[in-house]
Amino acid sequence: METTLPSPVRAAFGPEDREGEVVVNIGPSHPATHGTLQVIAALDGEKVTKVDVHCGYLHRGFEKECESHTWHNLIPYVDRLNYCSALINDFAYCEAVEALMGIEITPRCRYLRTLLSEYSRIADHLTCVAASLMELGAMTAFLYLVMLRDHIYEHLAALTGARVTYSYGRIGGLAQDLPDRWLSRLDEILDQYEDFTGRIHGLMDRNRIFIDRTRNIGVISSEDAVSWGFTGPILRSTGVPRDLRKDTPYLAYAELEFEVPVGINGDNYDRYYVRMREMDESVHMIRQLMDMLPDGPISVDDRRCVLPPKHLVYSEIESLINHFKLIMEGPQVPAGEVYTAHEAPNGELGFYLVSTGGGMPYRMHVRSPSFVHMGGLHRLLEGYQLADIIPTFGSVNMIGGECDR
Amino acid sequence: MTDAIAERIRAVSAGGAVATSHGMLVITVLPGKVFALVRRLKSELLFDLLLDITAVDWPQRTPRFDVVHHFYSTTAHVRVRLKSRVPENDPRVDSLVASYGSAGFLERECHDMYGIAFPGNPDLRPILLYEGFVGHPLRKDYAKDHEQPLVRYRSLD
Repeated sequence: METTLPSPVRAAFGPEDREGEVVVNIGPSHPATHGTLQVIAALDGEKVTKVDVHCGYLHRGFEKECESHTWHNLIPYVDRLNYCSALINDFAYCEAVEALMGIEITPRCRYLRTLLSEYSRIADHLTCVAASLMELGAMTAFLYLVMLRDHIYEHLAALTGARVTYSYGRIGGLAQDLPDRWLSRLDEILDQYEDFTGRIHGLMDRNRIFIDRTRNIGVISSEDAVSWGFTGPILRSTGVPRDLRKDTPYLAYAELEFEVPVGINGDNYDRYYVRMREMDESVHMIRQLMDMLPDGPISVDDRRCVLPPKHLVYSEIESLINHFKLIMEGPQVPAGEVYTAHEAPNGELGFYLVSTGGGMPYRMHVRSPSFVHMGGLHRLLEGYQLADIIPTFGSVNMIGGECDR
Repeated sequence: MTDAIAERIRAVSAGGAVATSHGMLVITVLPGKVFALVRRLKSELLFDLLLDITAVDWPQRTPRFDVVHHFYSTTAHVRVRLKSRVPENDPRVDSLVASYGSAGFLERECHDMYGIAFPGNPDLRPILLYEGFVGHPLRKDYAKDHEQPLVRYRSLD
């Protein structure tokens, strides 16, 4: 039995490089570092002078694995990137494949994907805000928000059959249409959302302890945020109104009325507040979409990618062969390459696909917001207190699944 | 909007081929000219956000690798893709860390996965892989089921 294990990382600096300072290791095995992030920090007293951030503890060869499965089989895999808002990953991936195949989805599918993307955004932001408030000791706020999130999860389970990883997107459409009374339950949950987030605003917004721990902590300027590739709520918290839903509208966003909330300081407090306001905007969008939702089919009528109806598979030879070919060989995607980006809750989620024609991707690359954010995390941590690492890291909402792939 | 930018990119990219693929501008550029071109893209055309760096392996082709950069302009809302072909025996592309902070981690990942060198990047330690990992797993000749655990598997006996 070996007594010492090899270290998986080589620190950028050690105690010998930092005279008069203490070098400590934080994570990766700690709930507040999401179990996957390691921070090596040099401390002058309580002050963090330099950090070295390491990720990769959840790397599972996602991109390599994708190269040996059919385009359809990848849908459950992309669910596991950002598992707090799996539907957005589904839809962004499906849209990328549809772009390669030249498919235009049906109107009902387009509106439903938009609605579900916004619904997922609420669930994701609820998770992030709840967890970062709990890390500051606000247990009541955590329980309120996680209760709401659980109602959303149960509600999505009624639609998709799963609580967290839904596998609900399909190339060319969706797995199934809404069940009866799904939208009326959605109405109830949105009302409940307004009630409980009102309580959160009452508990947190002017709370002395909360302000002391978040105001002017983890500050980043707009120029730095853009240079370090930050997108999503972190970039918007610095005052840059960059939002793909407005700038390059996709799905049905061009038809919706909504605002892009921005912050002023780019600190932890602004990131909290931008997320809270974004959820309000998402609710506003969902209410518009519920009125706009047209009737009609949810999947395109295209035998290159959509499975034939089951009763035809069992009754006619063409559909049986069609089904067999789609399952065994996968949808035949024309050669080409495409980059499709959606505004995920954390920022720009991009899928770069390369096809050489055939049932499996030649190359699949994910531009994950969390990974790029980890590259600039040291800018948010250096110069602040040791105890600020946890709330700042929480406000970035790093998701191991998409960061490490 | 895109057309006007395409025109300006053609002017800037001196010698590089500019094409459009699925609505995205694609510039094919020599690896040694990446840094100079990107500097002009950033200062003159305001492509201020470096989104992504990755590579594609074509083992049957010479040169073997495509290194792919994606940029975005937060003012014009336009994306551009830069592709440079690098050979297997000298796979290197200029580093962009001097212009974009985000290049640091992205180049580290690309170096991990494909073994592309980025002269100018002082820190190419493994980021998603671990220290001592042998090979570059996203190359097509790295077998998917090849294992090299850092900590040996425990046997049952």
